[in-house]
Amino acid sequence: MFSRSVARSSSALARGFATSARSNRKVAVLGAAGGIGQPMSLLLKTDPLITGLSLYDIRGAPGVAADISHVNTHSEVKGYEKDDIKAALSGAEIIIIPAGVPRKPGMTRDDLFNTNASIVRDLAEACAEYAPNAYIGIIANPVNSTVPIWAEVYKKKGIFDPKKIFGITTLDVVRASRFLGEIKGADPKDINVTVVGGHSGVTIVPLLSQTTQGKDVSGEAYKALVKRIQFGGDEVVQAKAGTGSATLSMGFAGARFTNSLIRALNGETGVVEPTFVKSPLYESEGVEYFASNVELGPEGVKKINSVGELSAEEKELLNACLPDLAKNIKKGVEFVNKA
Amino acid sequence: MVKAVVCGAAGGIGQPLSLLLKLNPIITELSLYDVVNAVGVAADLSHIPTPAQVTGFLPADNGAEKALKGADIVVIPAGVPRKPGMTRDDLFVNAGICATLAQAIANACPKAFILVISNPVNSTVPVFAETLKKAGVFDPKKLLGVSHLDIIRASTFVASVLGKPTEALHYTIPVVGGHSGATILPLLSQAKPAIPDILNDKEKRDALVNRIQFGGDEVVKAKDGAGSATLSMAQAGAEFANYVLEAAFGGKKGKVVQAYINLGADAGGEGIKKEIGTDLDYFSVNIELGPSGIEKILPIGQIDDVEKGLLEAAVKELGPSIEKGNSFTPAPPKL
Repeated sequence: MFSRSVARSSSALARGFATSARSNRKVAVLGAAGGIGQPMSLLLKTDPLITGLSLYDIRGAPGVAADISHVNTHSEVKGYEKDDIKAALSGAEIIIIPAGVPRKPGMTRDDLFNTNASIVRDLAEACAEYAPNAYIGIIANPVNSTVPIWAEVYKKKGIFDPKKIFGITTLDVVRASRFLGEIKGADPKDINVTVVGGHSGVTIVPLLSQTTQGKDVSGEAYKALVKRIQFGGDEVVQAKAGTGSATLSMGFAGARFTNSLIRALNGETGVVEPTFVKSPLYESEGVEYFASNVELGPEGVKKINSVGELSAEEKELLNACLPDLAKNIKKGVEFVNKA
Repeated sequence: MVKAVVCGAAGGIGQPLSLLLKLNPIITELSLYDVVNAVGVAADLSHIPTPAQVTGFLPADNGAEKALKGADIVVIPAGVPRKPGMTRDDLFVNAGICATLAQAIANACPKAFILVISNPVNSTVPVFAETLKKAGVFDPKKLLGVSHLDIIRASTFVASVLGKPTEALHYTIPVVGGHSGATILPLLSQAKPAIPDILNDKEKRDALVNRIQFGGDEVVKAKDGAGSATLSMAQAGAEFANYVLEAAFGGKKGKVVQAYINLGADAGGEGIKKEIGTDLDYFSVNIELGPSGIEKILPIGQIDDVEKGLLEAAVKELGPSIEKGNSFTPAPPKL
């Protein structure tokens, strides 16, 4: 069916966009007319597992939808703007949120908190009302805080299901394989680096010791590689010199996560994605949300994989991660509860 | 090793197009060229774990030729888009951009496949050809105006009219002629599977033809001044580039597609001129792709009376657009 689709000829996507039995999934994108939203919406339009695509943004989404609607794939797409969020969310099974403002050079993801926290809270309230059973994939930064914000809003409405709210951290893993592949001269698709922790700077903990290609990277090279993975996002913000942050690679990562989630919802087993979720792994240390490899299933989060054996360096990285992550989470929780 | 270059990579079409090309495993090197922002776009794409090494280039320091050196395929979405009320012809300002890029291609990668997206395609393809001819490197088998979005739209709109919007991929409708308004000639009578319900309903048929011909305007209007089709054009450009790549480097010979080409590319071009009854230099036709690019031009084939009428109108409008492209003389470079 997809002989004409570039998606099928791409091994990276083909791996993700495997077709299963006829799938009928409705996905909504909140922030669809933005830098991430647009390319991601195009990739979702060509995902054979999706039959309905709803694009919402404060402005511009109907134009984006008209554009994408001409692509001759299996799904119908409609655009909604301004106050039409109820219609946009009607029937949505999966909601992906790239909405919000991006970083400028010199900014950390946390600097986005003030603007994006309200956007995320408001969208969470709308979703709680119009699509309370949907699976939620959050891209809006700072993910370390916006995922707790979403959870707190849902707790207040009495509908919180920790198995259905995901912070999309796929890009950290994508970057890790890419950067490790570069120093090893290896094909990134043969490299699988587990990345745990959070989704910003030192909260990102790559577990290089757990990969065949990564275990022998040491000394200065190791430090540089870890730093590059942790600040991969900054690399793009710098290169874009004020015009934005990672959009195309984030669009790709978001589409890949969505496809994995749908495959798991459709009954495929063994679908594992790294994602930032409500997690028991470091709860005893005061960190309620943590990214690790999660096996997805029809319920959403099926199994949270533990981090496994850590090297001495990785234990150190984790020690640096946890207090920062706890702070970011607290900021999100307090933002909702002070209101 | 296959090197692809996108000229206009930081624009509305260029960015998603570059993303899709980065996802194509046939491409091992991807150069992104634009007058601004190409380096940032390249940094963004470079994180995606597919084989292609991505590098961004700006004009300074002979950037265009550096980007193009050794290219096997060049895709050109560069230029400005339409605003509501404009026809593609109103974009003739893009001709200057195309002439400059054609010169850089002539210098840096004269044997590359050249896929032109910049509008008005009906004229910019002739602009490319004339520049390449002057440089002594023109190969008509390798210059292709991308009309593929019209083909994509035709199948989507046919499926929609039939009340089966999710089955668009089941319908193949050849589209020939040119790439704007009335020059776009959808051959509904050749649709596979056949669509008698539409062919026999004059109102439905006329509306459908109109929609395919002015599908671009539909998006320009919906975007309300914010641009024209970017994402669907990126999809079309990437799909078409993939056909060329698979045929030239992937051993997939014999694939038949439509593209807006110079009819001198193959002996079959003379047959086309007879079929359309006019001596036009350029026409979008059925072509068989292969390692040389256009291996064969295939006949348009049997068309019905309605289509004969559309053909007449298409040819009439196309002639002057081609002439405009043929006779375009770029302004001398500012010193």
